[in-house]
Amino acid sequence: MINACQKIHFVLLISRQGKVRLTKWYSTYSKKERSKVLRELSGVILTRGPRLCNFVEWRGLKVVYKRYASLYFCMCIDPDGNELEILEIIHHYVEVLDRYFGSVCELDLIYNFHKAYYILDEILISGELQESSKRTVVRSVAAQDSLVEAAKEETGSTISNIIAHAAK
Amino acid sequence: MNPFSSGTRLRDMIRAIRACKTAAEERAVVRKECAAIRASINEDDQDYRHRNLAKLMFIQILGYPTHFGQMECLKLIASAGFPEKRIGYLGLMLLLDERQEVLMLVTNSLKQDLNHSNQYIVGLALCALGNICSAEMARDLAPEVERLLQFRDPNIRKKAALCSIRIIKKVPDLAENFINCAASLLKEKHHGVLITGVQLCADLCKVSSEALEYFRKKCTEGLVRTLRDIVNSPYSPEYDISGITDPYLHIRLLKLLRILGQGDADASDRMTDILAQVATKTESNKNAGNAILYECVETIMSIEDDGGLRVLAINILGKFLSNRDNNIRYVALNMLMRATTLDAQAVQRHRATILDCVKDSDASIRKRALELLYLLVNENNVKPLIKELIEYLEVSDQEFKGDLTAKICSLVEKFSLEKIWYIDQMLKVLSEAGNFVKDEVWHALIFVISNASDLHGYTVRALYRAFLTSTEQETLVRVAVWCIGEYGDMLVNNVGMLDIEDPITVTECDAVDAVEVAIKRHTSDLTTKAMALIALLKLSSRFPSYSERIKGIIVQNKGNLVLELQQRSIEFNRILQKHQKIRSALVERMPVLDEATFSGRRAGSLPTAISTSSGAPSNLPNGIAKPATAPIPDLLDLSSDDVPAPSSSGGDFPQDLLGVDLSPTLAPSGAGKPPKASTDVLLDLLSIGTSLPVQTGSSASDILSSSQDDKAPFANFNGLASLSSLSANATSPVNAAPMMDLLDGHGPGPQKPEENGQAYPSLVAYESSSLRVMFNFSKQPGSPQTTLIQATFTNLSSNVYNDFLFQAAVPKFLQLHLDPASSNTLPASGDGSITQNLKVTNSQHGKKSLVMRVRIAYKTNNKDVLEERQINNFPQNL
Repeated sequence: MINACQKIHFVLLISRQGKVRLTKWYSTYSKKERSKVLRELSGVILTRGPRLCNFVEWRGLKVVYKRYASLYFCMCIDPDGNELEILEIIHHYVEVLDRYFGSVCELDLIYNFHKAYYILDEILISGELQESSKRTVVRSVAAQDSLVEAAKEETGSTISNIIAHAAK
Repeated sequence: MNPFSSGTRLRDMIRAIRACKTAAEERAVVRKECAAIRASINEDDQDYRHRNLAKLMFIQILGYPTHFGQMECLKLIASAGFPEKRIGYLGLMLLLDERQEVLMLVTNSLKQDLNHSNQYIVGLALCALGNICSAEMARDLAPEVERLLQFRDPNIRKKAALCSIRIIKKVPDLAENFINCAASLLKEKHHGVLITGVQLCADLCKVSSEALEYFRKKCTEGLVRTLRDIVNSPYSPEYDISGITDPYLHIRLLKLLRILGQGDADASDRMTDILAQVATKTESNKNAGNAILYECVETIMSIEDDGGLRVLAINILGKFLSNRDNNIRYVALNMLMRATTLDAQAVQRHRATILDCVKDSDASIRKRALELLYLLVNENNVKPLIKELIEYLEVSDQEFKGDLTAKICSLVEKFSLEKIWYIDQMLKVLSEAGNFVKDEVWHALIFVISNASDLHGYTVRALYRAFLTSTEQETLVRVAVWCIGEYGDMLVNNVGMLDIEDPITVTECDAVDAVEVAIKRHTSDLTTKAMALIALLKLSSRFPSYSERIKGIIVQNKGNLVLELQQRSIEFNRILQKHQKIRSALVERMPVLDEATFSGRRAGSLPTAISTSSGAPSNLPNGIAKPATAPIPDLLDLSSDDVPAPSSSGGDFPQDLLGVDLSPTLAPSGAGKPPKASTDVLLDLLSIGTSLPVQTGSSASDILSSSQDDKAPFANFNGLASLSSLSANATSPVNAAPMMDLLDGHGPGPQKPEENGQAYPSLVAYESSSLRVMFNFSKQPGSPQTTLIQATFTNLSSNVYNDFLFQAAVPKFLQLHLDPASSNTLPASGDGSITQNLKVTNSQHGKKSLVMRVRIAYKTNNKDVLEERQINNFPQNL
């Protein structure tokens, strides 16, 4: 039987020092399994030399990873998935991050980790690709950001908020 | 917001955590923050809920527990504003998964948000549902999602499509509701909707054959057209990736076409043109193009096709294989593996390149290539390929050696054309990577060696040479030690010299040296050392002049802390000292193994047995050795019954072995059979360590013979045997004498008179410190099958036994009838007895002897006592 779904089981962002910057689980993993996955995979991926292929076979699955500056972007798929396409999806995500933050760096993703998640949620749902246009993704995230801003300004006029601002 | 709160801002918390120098510091900061967040949650502080959850998410990413924040997500989701909902849904997806029951509480909020007037809120709810919905939620919310597939905004439609995928995966029954909406998505122009729609159709086909048929009939044409349009579309900056318009859409369309084409010649036929176009026209200089080609190749290989396209596909893979990019080579190997089932010849053409990939510096590529190569090996190319692989084994990475060794061994075994080739290759593997060789592999090697009688000399010399150059590989040492023990004389005398061999001069001293090295190696484990001890014992007989020296080496282990070695050392020493007469018979060369039995056993439980039993290496040949040589048919029966026992039981049943079961094995062998047979059995006992054959009752009794004369020495002997598990020869001199008597004195002769069946000797069926059971036998005239047994129970202790109950069980070929006992109270100190009559009918009279398992229960001093025993030593012909 052909495997029809290109489902991504999880997305990980790991720094070169092994710090976890983002995790998104599309398949069900218990807390214990999650930390085991993180431990094992960062061990395998961070130790791989440069110029090797971007795929690691791991526990019957495949992990496609790509390094951008100090960050490793990893996505895990079934063994018969299209690894090359996953590389493109990783790149797609990175380019959207870059457009959104304006030449993104690791610190952006640390302090604005929720933004990184919002963007990922506009690209993948349930481990499947949602949108192939970077512009559409950025526009959608920006539209929601402005909704938040608008809501803030509304509440910002209340007395208590003025005091809060004064106290900061 | 409360201006007087001490809570830090998210940014400040992250900064504080990042400033931590040690893990302990970080834990302290996180603990403090968590405490503040908990306090804030308890106060139900609405203004800080948003910030608290953001902090918790960060803490969660760091790997700390955050379950206490789960309810906060629900509260935020339930609030009215978009900002709260946005962070609430994010928290829901991060802090919870589908298995948490809390999730059920969010169903209602989700339902409301799916119907919200703000499309972004609808989008949030769809995203959350798509990522974590459970089967129950899928059932509850499927109608909402179905409706949203026709929502006016394409961004909602695409989210709803992916959400539908999750729903039908969780509840496949719902699939048919989605078929029509999914089909209409395929006509969309918006790429996001199209991509997700195609994906939804693919997943529907997987869960519903109805959907597959529907899409195959109604949509194949349309999909082919869509693919053609996108392939030929002019440059479009929004979707362009290195010159290709939307490769993701290409790939998904190819994937769906593959599903529709597989197993359907008509549908396949309709897509061949466009597949050929994609395969020939797609640019292959960038990753995106290669991703499409890769997908296209897979589709071509899966659909029904006359072969023209397949040639194209295999050629693409060939080009991939010669690409300099490791990623491309990797996927080529991956796909060629699937191609081997379609066109093995075409894949064979790339064998040389694949072999190079096995030696690649990249572990992922090596692994793929090795697995592919494994499929490509056949009778014609096995020799050169194995040669290459073994050469590579020498230089390969440590972590790759395990895989490589396993594959080489498996291939060598599968294609063992000639025994000498097999032995040669295995010796090379053992010398290079013996530590990675699995137990069953070297066991099989020993089996082959022992079967190749013309190669014994050659093999032992080759092993000796290999051993001299490398003692690092445990399994090499084991096989070498075994062979030197078995064929030491051939090693020294250059027996069976082949033309291809270099002459070698090995003295008896050298051979003993080698085994001594093996036993004294620090890295030798128990199995190796135990094998070395046996080899030494064998050499002592092959080289009588070195007997004293060997004794010296053996004795060194008599104080060994490992019981197995200590016992062997003491027993073997005893053989050398006291039993010169039987020694040469004891250590005769192993008879050839029966192939059928061996392979049957291998298929069975071999691996576990090997790993658990310390004496395993030699019980392997031993256990099976008997059938070929044992001269007596009865014994043959026993042996074949026996065969599984040493292997499957291993050391698992020492309790069985130490007790009764041992005694019958020893007893008959000593008593009834010619010396040749008995030494065979003894030999077994000696070398198989604690894993003595577990006797099944019937087979054990086959060889039973009991005579009045024998009984006294038996009793003596049995008592000892149960003290020391395998001490046929370790008996003290006092006991050794009667045993020797048995060996020498009794042929089958003495039993003859009794076989007439007129008078049978009484039997002490069971005796312990507290109880004796005597059986008296008689036959009714005219029914030789039926035996009447009068059992007499005598109390040997000083306490009265109450509630005395005797029970007995027999195998199927026997029928047992028990009469009531004379009493249920047994007076103390033999001051009276209970009698009970048994009637046993033997349906296999003359073929099988009686056997019985008895259980005796009684109360003494208000304590319940239960004694169980198997009785195998019934007189023959009952």
